[in-house]
Amino acid sequence: MADSRFVYVTYIRTTPEKLWQALIEPEFTRQFWVGCWQESEWKPGASWRLMIPDGRVADSGEILEIEPQKRLVLRWRNEFKPELREEGYSRMTYEIEPMGEAVKLTVIHEMERPGSKFIEAVSNGWPMILSGLKTLLETGESFEASRHWPKGM
Amino acid sequence: MTCSQLVAYNEAVAADADKVFKALADPGRRLLLDRLHADNGQTLTELCAHLPMSRQAVTKHLKLLEEASLVVTIWRGREKFHFLNPVPIHEMAERWIHKYERGRLRVLAELKKNLEGDSNG
Repeated sequence: MADSRFVYVTYIRTTPEKLWQALIEPEFTRQFWVGCWQESEWKPGASWRLMIPDGRVADSGEILEIEPQKRLVLRWRNEFKPELREEGYSRMTYEIEPMGEAVKLTVIHEMERPGSKFIEAVSNGWPMILSGLKTLLETGESFEASRHWPKGM
Repeated sequence: MTCSQLVAYNEAVAADADKVFKALADPGRRLLLDRLHADNGQTLTELCAHLPMSRQAVTKHLKLLEEASLVVTIWRGREKFHFLNPVPIHEMAERWIHKYERGRLRVLAELKKNLEGDSNG
């Protein structure tokens, strides 16, 4: 495939309502998304920003598609590392499907460019963030590493 | 959670862990994961091209890897692409390794790197 693309899947014992809330609301994302939170009006065309605890903007973009509790598509560009920012916009999709007592969350992060450094960089972050999200929703508490922004990053 | 919910939850978590450990307990399946790690998003034909296994064997291994959620597939047009899904491995590492051993393992890994570095150099 000529594009750069990563796909992540996790099955979480929760409901689509709770999962959606955890993916969107700052008081939840701070607990598993290494302290970060998002700013957006959460409607199609609205701007979107991911904020770092120290006040910097990690990433920015806009809402391309939003269907609460089912699907979110973001246009997404890095903002705090020049070599990643210059690659331009990626596309990130959340798909949420109920599966019996669990919910399947699929995250697809892709860019129309082979060998993207940005996609390589986010691919190191997503597994930890999604494991933290799963642990938080299933046990009520995320693990230590997923709560804090890495020192020096 | 109530006590019975907690028991059911722990059983479900253990069942997930069993699938992952069983899927990893085969050199052919680990090789497939390494191939996807080197080049993520391959069709079955692409995967078979560089492997010393029959197409049937690869299909069988991929099925087990998919059941353990270590491999996920997405369709693009008429082609099915296989992706390495690192999330379950991360969960295992968090649950079984990091929590207990983080500090000590780092020291050991450093030591191993230094020693092997010397003998190679």
